[in-house]
Amino acid sequence: MADELTPQVPPDQPRIGVDEWVASVEGKRERYRGPVGWLRRGWDTAPAGARLLAFVIPAAIFPLVTTEGNLFRYGLITLLYALLGLGLNVTVGFAGLLDLGYIAFFGFGAYTYGYVASVHTGHHWPAVPAILLAIAVAALIGFIVGFPSRRLVGDYLAIVTLFFGQAFVVFVNNGDRINFWPFNRTDLTGGANGLDNIDPLKLFGWTVNTTKEYYWFTLGAFLLVIILLYLVSESRTGRAWKALREDPLAAEVMSMPVNRLKLMAFVFGAAIAGFAGAIYGSVQTGAFPGDFDVGLLITIYAIVILGGAGSLAGVIVGALVVNGVPELLRDPNQAEWVFYTALVLLVLTKVRPWQKLVTVVGGTLALGFALVAIADAWFPRWTAGEPNTGKLAHWVSHWMLLPSHATQIANWAYALTIALILVLTLLRGWWRTIVMIPTIYVGAFAWENLLVEQTVGATRFLLLGALLVVLMNARPQGLFGTARVEIV
Amino acid sequence: MAATQPLLALRGVSKSFGGLTVISDLDLHVDEGEIVSVIGPNGAGKTTLFNIITGVYRPDEGEILLEEQSIVGLDPHQVTNRGVARTFQTLRLFLNMSVRENVMAVQYGRTKSSPFEAMLRLPRARREEREIRQRAEEKLSFFGQRLVGYRWDQPAYSLSYANRRRLEIARAMATEPRILLLDEPAAGMNPAETQEITELIGKLREEGRYTILVIEHDMHVVEGISDRVVALDHGVKIAEGSFDAVATDPRVIEAYLGLRKAETK
Repeated sequence: MADELTPQVPPDQPRIGVDEWVASVEGKRERYRGPVGWLRRGWDTAPAGARLLAFVIPAAIFPLVTTEGNLFRYGLITLLYALLGLGLNVTVGFAGLLDLGYIAFFGFGAYTYGYVASVHTGHHWPAVPAILLAIAVAALIGFIVGFPSRRLVGDYLAIVTLFFGQAFVVFVNNGDRINFWPFNRTDLTGGANGLDNIDPLKLFGWTVNTTKEYYWFTLGAFLLVIILLYLVSESRTGRAWKALREDPLAAEVMSMPVNRLKLMAFVFGAAIAGFAGAIYGSVQTGAFPGDFDVGLLITIYAIVILGGAGSLAGVIVGALVVNGVPELLRDPNQAEWVFYTALVLLVLTKVRPWQKLVTVVGGTLALGFALVAIADAWFPRWTAGEPNTGKLAHWVSHWMLLPSHATQIANWAYALTIALILVLTLLRGWWRTIVMIPTIYVGAFAWENLLVEQTVGATRFLLLGALLVVLMNARPQGLFGTARVEIV
Repeated sequence: MAATQPLLALRGVSKSFGGLTVISDLDLHVDEGEIVSVIGPNGAGKTTLFNIITGVYRPDEGEILLEEQSIVGLDPHQVTNRGVARTFQTLRLFLNMSVRENVMAVQYGRTKSSPFEAMLRLPRARREEREIRQRAEEKLSFFGQRLVGYRWDQPAYSLSYANRRRLEIARAMATEPRILLLDEPAAGMNPAETQEITELIGKLREEGRYTILVIEHDMHVVEGISDRVVALDHGVKIAEGSFDAVATDPRVIEAYLGLRKAETK
């Protein structure tokens, strides 16, 4: 009996066994190929300071090469979103708490700043104490909301915080006629009209006025917050947050006060949102109830999840995509480029092996040119439409049917595109490859004849939605997230 | 029994869930430097016993003394800070953190610097961070070739089953406990690995100077390591003493094999 149990190999020597095999598989999965792999490896091995520089240098050059309007739309708003994303990343990404009332803290920041620095109330505090107060108020309210709900997990916390977020909107809508002691007929929030004429930030005699100045200020604020958060995430507190996200019971038994840590993450997130809110209030010189609704909450969640929950770099990239893409799509000419680049990239990366890729690309091109040739010869009405301005649209017009008065037929093409995509998901193998050809063509037809003219309105959000679906399918863990393993 | 006060003592501890009594009037003590094994058939209340000691459940009655101080009613993290650390029968590692981070994270209770100190990189935060890292590497080194350096930065989910068990023990060690509670450390291991665990537990006492309370089903392991064995059945202590005495106790055999088999033996 005892002989059977004697190990064949002395236990203090390494053996080639299951462990090494698992490690090697992991290694292979992590080894990316091609230029993307080269970039990823470089990124993974770069020190944190170098990664930050990879963001700071382009961000610092941007205002020097762009116009005031573009700086506002692409630069300042992206930075504000990213700053908001950083706070949400603490609550959701680090600690794993589903906080759906997050935007309310942003609102408290904006309203607090507006209350102490605007024509509305007659106070005109300088920026430093006003911002500190906004952060403190947001953090305090975060504490008040978080304290009773710190024992809640998952869905229950989501319900409570969602209610809180909605209550905030109701509160600011009605906060103009508070009438009980000690507030006798006090106007706190300006009601449905909001607080207007909020002061610009006044920093030690320097007044932040132009978009460029606001950009620099917000960039500085963002860098400060991201560096501080990086230092926290690498400390005992950051590790404890990650541990409680992984397994709250094990974290509690392993000496981490889970409830206190949750509350801490909640308050941290709220404080950062308050900071962002104060800047936002001064940027748009007002705070209005409609700015702090569920729409913004979803945008910020999209940023954090797209970038990869828990990743600081991911927040920046998420904000760039979620804010930048719809802005790029405003201009039909730019939208044209975005659409075809995305289409080509999608086909190139997703259609394999090369035989199928050649079939799809060749088939789609051939189909287009053939249809245009046929239409030119026998049905001139089908190519009578005017191509849009811009070089790309001009090239495309050789390949794409452009009927005159196309609205009706393009509507049908749009519906047909959706139907064909649904069919695609049901097909496998070569059938999928073959059906892909008309799908792409009909989709491009709907784009050229209908969607590209409406880029300012619905189209850009449609495309943003499609882009998010594709990106999240390609990388469910987010662009900079690491794939999380739940059960192995 | 013991001349000095025991390190851990349970006096008259009971726990029931609804109408089901899981632990009933249990007395148990573990002396400094001892290895005590708890055995018993499935459902005997062994893991519940661990959950009660670590504060996951609160006992209905009775008291639990660690170095003569009651730990009843403390939160689990407070119990751990007093010097009780455990492993889990169903592994509960922080799977998506690296091996090293797993062992670093559990030193939260031993350190004090606030997040603000970490933000400003004040001396205390920097010193503690250094100590945390050092202690993590020291504890992982305890397992020699098994958890060697190149694995430290891999995520915990990439470890094999046996290595996950080792990492759980390393993680418990990193809280610097007075007493280690090991919940079936050899479960699911092959004979060679089981042998290794037996030696490891011996080494934990000799080199690590830990006091150990262990739940184990594998009788070879129990025989190899135990100073004393406690047998539970339906939450009641049915035997206690040396391995030979408990293994031949008719009530223990009955609990494991049934009454008829016990009579014919």
